[in-house]
This record gives sequence, C-alpha cells and structure tokens, in this order.
Amino acid sequence: MTKPLISIEALARRYPARGGGETTIFENVWLPIQKGEFVCLIGHSGCGKTTILNVLAGLDQPSGGAVIVDGREISGPSLDRAVIFQGHSLLPWMTVIGNIAFAVTSRHPEWGREKVRAHCQKYIDVVHLTGSEHKKPAELSGGMKQRVGIARALAIEPKMLLMDEPFSALDALTRGSLQDEVRRICTETEQTVFMITHDIDEAMLLADKIVLMTNGPGAKIAEIVENTLPKDRRPATMHKHANYYALRNHLLDFLVTRSKNFAAEIEGKPYDPRKPPVVRPGAKPVGVETLADDGSPRSAAIA
Amino acid sequence: MRGSLSLRAGLLSVLIFAAFIGAWQFATMPTTGAAGDVDPEYAALVSGAAAQGAKSAFPTPADVGATIWGHLKDPFYVRGANDQGVGVQLAYSLGRVLLGYLLAAAVATPLGFLIGMSPLVYRALDPFIQVLKPISPLAWMPLALYTIKDSGISAIFVIFICSLWPMLINTAFGVASVRKEWLNVAATLEVGALRKAFLVILPAAAPTIMTGMRISIGIAWLVIVAAEMLVGGTGIGYFVWNEWNNLSIGNIITAILLIGLVGMALDVALGRAARLVAYRE
Ligand SMILES: Nc1ncnc2c1ncn2[C@@H]1O[C@H](COP(=O)(O)OP(=O)(O)OP(=O)(O)O)[C@@H](O)[C@H]1O
Ligand SMILES: [Mg+2]
Repeated sequence: MTKPLISIEALARRYPARGGGETTIFENVWLPIQKGEFVCLIGHSGCGKTTILNVLAGLDQPSGGAVIVDGREISGPSLDRAVIFQGHSLLPWMTVIGNIAFAVTSRHPEWGREKVRAHCQKYIDVVHLTGSEHKKPAELSGGMKQRVGIARALAIEPKMLLMDEPFSALDALTRGSLQDEVRRICTETEQTVFMITHDIDEAMLLADKIVLMTNGPGAKIAEIVENTLPKDRRPATMHKHANYYALRNHLLDFLVTRSKNFAAEIEGKPYDPRKPPVVRPGAKPVGVETLADDGSPRSAAIA
Repeated sequence: MRGSLSLRAGLLSVLIFAAFIGAWQFATMPTTGAAGDVDPEYAALVSGAAAQGAKSAFPTPADVGATIWGHLKDPFYVRGANDQGVGVQLAYSLGRVLLGYLLAAAVATPLGFLIGMSPLVYRALDPFIQVLKPISPLAWMPLALYTIKDSGISAIFVIFICSLWPMLINTAFGVASVRKEWLNVAATLEVGALRKAFLVILPAAAPTIMTGMRISIGIAWLVIVAAEMLVGGTGIGYFVWNEWNNLSIGNIITAILLIGLVGMALDVALGRAARLVAYRE
C-alpha cells in the first residue's frame, strides 16, 4: 500500500470565545490524501473548510494537530502546494502573462526570459486564454480571471492543488465549462487535488472522494463518500448513470439533515475520528467500510 | 455632450476672467483727492512712495500686464545680489523645494516601508508622528537657524520637514494595507523578501505613496514662499518681500501669478506620475 502524499492528523482549530473559554471550530480531523486523488470537502458555511485549506497551504497554523508531508510536519507555504483562492487573487498591476510569469519565475528562478514566456504560453493555451495574454485582470470577465488563477497554479506544476470554491462566483454556464476543463486537466496530469465546494453536482463531477463535514462548532469528518460514477463522467451525461441518484441523494441527505444531527446519529455507536466510515452509494445497497491504517479502503466495494 | 460641456465651461472661465479684469480696472481708476490722508500705522508699515499718498498705489490691469511682459521678456538677468530676474528667483525656490523634497522622499519612502511592514513599529512610532505632523514647518525655523547656522540650508530643512510627514504616513499606510490575498499569493509562491517588497508590496502601495508625494509637493511649495520671506537672500518668497518693501505691487502680482502657475505645474506633473502607477482592481 502506498503512503499518502499528504496527511491531515488530529487537526483542530479553536478561537477564544466571547466571555471566556474557547470555541472549537473543528477538532480531531484526520484525512489522508493519496497521490493523484481528487478530494472534495463539503460542509455548511462556517464549519472550517477554508481554515483547513489554509492550514494545508501553510498560510495558517492549527490550534492542534498537524499536516504531514513526506513524514514531516509542514511549517509554511510551499511551491509544492499551489492554491487557487476563493477570490481569484490576481495581482491587478500585472498582465495575464505577467501574473503567471511571476509564479513561474518563483518556481524556476534560473530560467531565461524566453523559456518562462513559452512555459506561461503553454498554460494560457490550456485554459483557453490565448489572445488575452497582455490584458490586465480588470479587463477580464470573472470566468477569465478564474482561468488565470488556475493557469497560474498549474504552471508551477505543484505536487498538489488546493482550491477554495474556485467556481462559486461564476455563472452556471461558465462554471460548467471550467469544471469540465479542470476535470480534463487533472485527470490527464494525474494531479492531486483538494477542493472545497458547496455544490453537490460539482463534487460528483470532479471528486474521487467526497469528504463530508458536520456543522460547527465542533465540526468533524462524518464520512468519506467514494464517487461511484465512472471515471470518464461528463456533466451532460453523468445523470443517466444508475448510481447518480443514489450518490446525489446521499450527499443531499447529509447536507440537509445529517450534518446537523450527526452527534445524535453516532451516539452509542462506534465512531473513530481517525477512520471515518467510507461509503459507496450505488444503485445496489450501500456498502460501508472503514479505512485501513494507510487510508485505503479495507475491504472491496459492495456496489 | 461632453465636448459641449467643456466648451461651455471654457467660455464661462473666459467670462469670469473678463469680469474680474473689468472690476479690477474699475476699482483702480485714478481718483482725484481720494488719497488724502494716510493711516500713520499703514505709513509706518510701508516704505517709500505710497506713504506720502501721492497716488493710488494699486496698479491697473494694464500696468500689471506691462510689468509681467517686462519680466517675461528677460526673466533670467542678474544685476547684483538684490536685482535678479524673476526666473532666477523661481529657479532658486524650485531648487530648494526639490532638494528638500527629494531628501524627504529618500528618507520617508524606505522608513515608511519599514513602519508599514511591522505592526509593532507602526504602533510605537504613531504617537511621535501624530505630534510632529501638525507642527507648522515654520515653527522649526528658529531651531534650524540655531543649529544649522546657515539660512539657505535651514530653508531646505524646513522643506524637508514639511514634505516628510505626508510621504511617511502614506507610505506606511499603503504598505500596511496591502491586501492579504496578494501577500498570500507571494507566500504560497515562496517569494523572497526583496522580491516581495519590490514586485508585490511596492506596486500595491504605489498609488497611496504617490498621493502622499503629491500632497507633500503642494505643501512644500506653499511653505517655501514663507520660508524665503524669513531667511531672505534669494528665491521667489524673498522677491515678494523685497517688492513689498519697494511697494511695487505690479511685481508682487507677477510673482503671485508665477507662484500659482509653478505650483499647478508641480501638481500636474505628480498627477501624471500617479497615473503611471495606478491600477484598477
Ligand atoms: N478570528 C476569528 N475569531 C473567531 N472565529 C473565527 C475567526 N476566524 C474565523 N472564525 C470562525 O471559524 C469558522 C470557520 O471559518 P472558515 O472560513 O474556515 O469557514 P468555511 O467553512 O470556509 O465557510 P464558508 O463555506 O462560508 O467559506 C467560522 O465559523 C468563523 O466564524
Ligand atoms: Mg470558505
């Protein structure tokens, strides 16, 4: 069994509460992420998703626990973990290619001007922004800005991509085509991705694993849902698959009811935060299993 | 619509100017016998011809026009220490302003950068800046004269002091309020400190810094006139004071006009520079 690329261990975040004491936003969050895996985190607003992503990025320190990469705790941001921010976060005084080149020269300081330009151009073409290289962010639409953000993250060829609701500010049409592009790029390059979303269909399209987080305060990982749709799913056709509704209803059910009643649900039952149950919703009865120590499913799927 | 608006505005400007000149002309028409008695206090203040109340001291627009033309024909003559062309005087003033201003910029920008980068230093220096900022730069003059013992350098020092605060405060503020997201971008890209300072923080704060520089040059140009009146010797401020002693109102008006024009030119120049570093989010 392979070791996970990155592993979240016993992560917790607490803030001092008003009037003394502490509020625990989340605690005892354990999650291994394998190389090449696309993991989506779903949960209600305020449960601490962005905080977890920022800790993964090295931009924020947890109150407890750690993120382990290559057997060592991460101590800060790294070029190995590229972030696509919730707001695109482009530098407004730089052009499209300038923004990407800034990232590329950070990764490869020794590269010559022409090599950097060619590398940037490659990723500008990948996100279909050819012709807009010399525009400033203010001259771009929201979808185009988000594409630049994606190109900037991809261009440094990170070991892992961290995305915080990258499509939430876009209209449905732009979102659909961008999701499809990201899915294509990530499967082609076997990119490891950790993504936050509110959108169930987005998670079903993109993710291999969907991590469900309960409501805060005291949020935890309720279960890990494995995507039971075929790998070559497309937005236009995936709803025709036999497992589609089982998967969708399971996720919806969690967000609508189970996320707030989870404490009651697990009461008296064995629940190990280190190995949240793994669920594979399908047309046939749902299979439940626990993660082995290395984070891979312990038994074969039923569905 | 826009074109016609600026055309109409231009027309109105011309009208206002004509009305002003007309009123001036009317008010300064020679009157007989009006200038009979002169207030002794006033007589003590002015020297020379006007004290006798010989004629209306205030020139007509035509007189001033002739004076201005006289100056513009030969702005750069030097006939002894006390008789130099108005262009030469302006050049002295501009030189002092630019020297004091550039020195202030050289101190304020890096210092403001450091203050802005560190919340601790920002807080620690804030009370000093708040107290020093509202002091009239001219209040420093005696102290400067006493310690520096050179009137020319003292004037430059006063310009330095008055240009310093707006640049320092704006630079610190601009640097301190660079958007967190941009700093996060730099952090995730593992950008080094120097590269971050020059490629992220400086461009992000540049518009705020430029605003400070624009305020500073305006204040410096206001202050130089007063400072030169105090220290004397050369400069447009000294020129105005000197002409007041000669009671040459025409020359004073010429100088006032030129001070306004140069001030406007300085502001326009910095406005242009500000546009170069501006960005739209
Ligand atoms: N400085 C702070 N002091 C106290 N509480 C804070 C602070 N910063 C964040 N929080 C709390 O931490 C929780 C998690 O915030 P976070 O931004 O991670 O939520 P999120 O899951 O990403 O939400 P959303 O889906 O709306 O983006 C929130 O409930 C917020 O109120
Ligand atoms: Mg968030």
